[in-house]
Amino acid sequence: MTAGEVLKSFTQILRDLLGDDSIVLSPSTRRIDVSGWDSFNYVNFVVAVEMKFGVKFGVAEVESFQTVGEIVQRTLALLQASPR
Amino acid sequence: MLDWLPYPHDFSAQLRDAVRADSAAERVGRLIALSQYRLDFLQTIQLNRAMDTILLQAGEVLPHYRLAILGSATVEHLAPAIRVAALRRQLWVDVYCCGYGQYRQEIMDPGSALHRFAPQTILFSIATMHAVPAVEPAATADEVDRLTGGVVEDLKSLWRRARQDLGAAIIHQTLLNVTEPLFGSFDRLVPGSPWRVVERLNHFLAETASAEGVSLLDIARAAQRDGQDSWFDAARMLQAKQEIAPQSAPMYGELVARLLGAHRGKSRKCLVLDLDNTLWGGVLGDDGVTGLVLGQGSAAGEAYLGVQRYARQLKERGIILAVCSKNDPVAAEEAFSSHPEMILKRSDIAAFMANWDDKAQNLEAIAGQLNIGLDSLVFLDDNPVERARVREALPVVAVPELPDDVSGYVRRLADAGYFEAISFTMEDQQRASQYSQNVERESMRGSAQSVDEFLQGLQMFVQYGPFAAVDLPRVTQLINKTNQFTPTTRRYSAEQIANYLSTAGTINLQFRLRDRFGDNGLVSAMLMLPVEGAAGCIEIDTWVMSCRVFGRQLEYEAMNIAVETARCNGIREIIATYIPTQKNSVIRDLYPKLGFRAANLPNQNPEASRWSLLLSEYIPCATHITREVRRP
Repeated sequence: MTAGEVLKSFTQILRDLLGDDSIVLSPSTRRIDVSGWDSFNYVNFVVAVEMKFGVKFGVAEVESFQTVGEIVQRTLALLQASPR
Repeated sequence: MLDWLPYPHDFSAQLRDAVRADSAAERVGRLIALSQYRLDFLQTIQLNRAMDTILLQAGEVLPHYRLAILGSATVEHLAPAIRVAALRRQLWVDVYCCGYGQYRQEIMDPGSALHRFAPQTILFSIATMHAVPAVEPAATADEVDRLTGGVVEDLKSLWRRARQDLGAAIIHQTLLNVTEPLFGSFDRLVPGSPWRVVERLNHFLAETASAEGVSLLDIARAAQRDGQDSWFDAARMLQAKQEIAPQSAPMYGELVARLLGAHRGKSRKCLVLDLDNTLWGGVLGDDGVTGLVLGQGSAAGEAYLGVQRYARQLKERGIILAVCSKNDPVAAEEAFSSHPEMILKRSDIAAFMANWDDKAQNLEAIAGQLNIGLDSLVFLDDNPVERARVREALPVVAVPELPDDVSGYVRRLADAGYFEAISFTMEDQQRASQYSQNVERESMRGSAQSVDEFLQGLQMFVQYGPFAAVDLPRVTQLINKTNQFTPTTRRYSAEQIANYLSTAGTINLQFRLRDRFGDNGLVSAMLMLPVEGAAGCIEIDTWVMSCRVFGRQLEYEAMNIAVETARCNGIREIIATYIPTQKNSVIRDLYPKLGFRAANLPNQNPEASRWSLLLSEYIPCATHITREVRRP
């Protein structure tokens, strides 16, 4: 899976979560750039990503992510580390 | 989770179409249809949001029902799942979540947002970590009991306060035992081990809830079933103070909605069974009775016995059993009577439909024969084509998805929780046999020359009197489950009814009917309240009658008794109201039939009609029911 595919999937998850089809995520998107992406929906987003990709982020990581790109990279790394 | 529900097809498109549908009724109908699918955490959030977008229109279609969640941890993420699962039962629920950990203050403060919300039901969602008292591992059993008992006593006073000040029904969730082993297997033997302390708390919680008439939401049991890790995720607790992990929210919502549904008479009443490859292995028409796979000696044969055993247990707790099968009727009956391994007997089955007709038609016939709604039926069938066909034709019938292998049938049916109960009364225990007696009554009706002769031949006796304490659970159940013979369809909790009983001027009556075929138990209840500012005038607030005894003249004899009782209390006039619903049209003409006149009285509901009966004008109806003095 490529970073582009993961990003596209993230965009769909956030659209479903917030009910806003105009959302387009880029690697540099931060939470404050997206209307309605508060801490409550950040946890929901993390849960949805974890369920969709079958990965699990560390609690410290979740606190430290600054941009969507960082979450994409971490997801890819976890996917590669997990046995297929 | 929710694996008895089928997966949705193209959920996003269906959701989009639903909110754009033409009328409010259509939009709500489509959302209800979508709620019948197996939705994940994200889809649940989406459906919940769609409910919000059509909120204003929905009030006209479905009545709103207010639920407050009083949580000690974060509970906001559970609200969408509760609303969607309630919608699955055609209940539109508005949810209020108290501020984080603010439940105590909000109950105590009459000016709080909780009080303004005026919940009809309050769900206490107290997290284990907030409920567990500090206990040293060396504590004795007595110390543990004193501490845990004290926690539950404190909760009890909150329940009472909430019930008294807010008039709400109470649900309390059991505690997830998320403790880690301290001694290992030895934990179970140490009173002060964290594991034992939580178990003790749950024990006192159940005991006290039972004594207080509080419903338990047993998430501890559900977590045992699904695995603790799917219910509790330490990361979520740390990140968002969520005790219930979001991926279990859909199941949590389902469990809450089952209780809300049970309180509103929405639990299913009847299990309809297919025969071939559901109750036994093989096809009766091809294999014959002797060729069926059923009974000890084969794994599959024992699995089918397991299905029968579970059905039989359901019958013993009051669920009606029926058969709906594409089979030759004579051969199907013969399989019941002649196969030595059958656990279910023909007499266990209250309605038996074996023929070659469409199953949807047969299910309608079964509901008609038993005089219950289609929405009371669960249909168990191994054949995915038949299941899809019935879901399509009769969406209100519950049709669980079954696993491919029969070894999983019982568990799947049990997981679906169709028959959620909030009480277990004597009437429940006898219900199934009462329905079988009804089959005998009906066959006698067939041989009688006239209705009069039939009713006379039944040799009916009515026992009546005011509600006694022992009647309250059954009266509450009847008031909340009855959908047909209920002119006002008001629902009351046991404590509300108990409150009415202590109100001066109230007249209440319960009626039991027995006949030569058996005792029907407590089948009707009437609650009459004094009319404010009108001395000598009383109003029938609530009158319910079980559909099992329709057409037996009990409503006439009950009114004879009600009028006599009212006269003894110095009443001159009885007022009544009929509020039409989708289900009570069977008694549309009840009051004129009983001699009431249309009354020109103020009416809050334009659909409703008001009626009046001057007792001086009442002519008692002659019936074939003999009165009996109630046994002490």
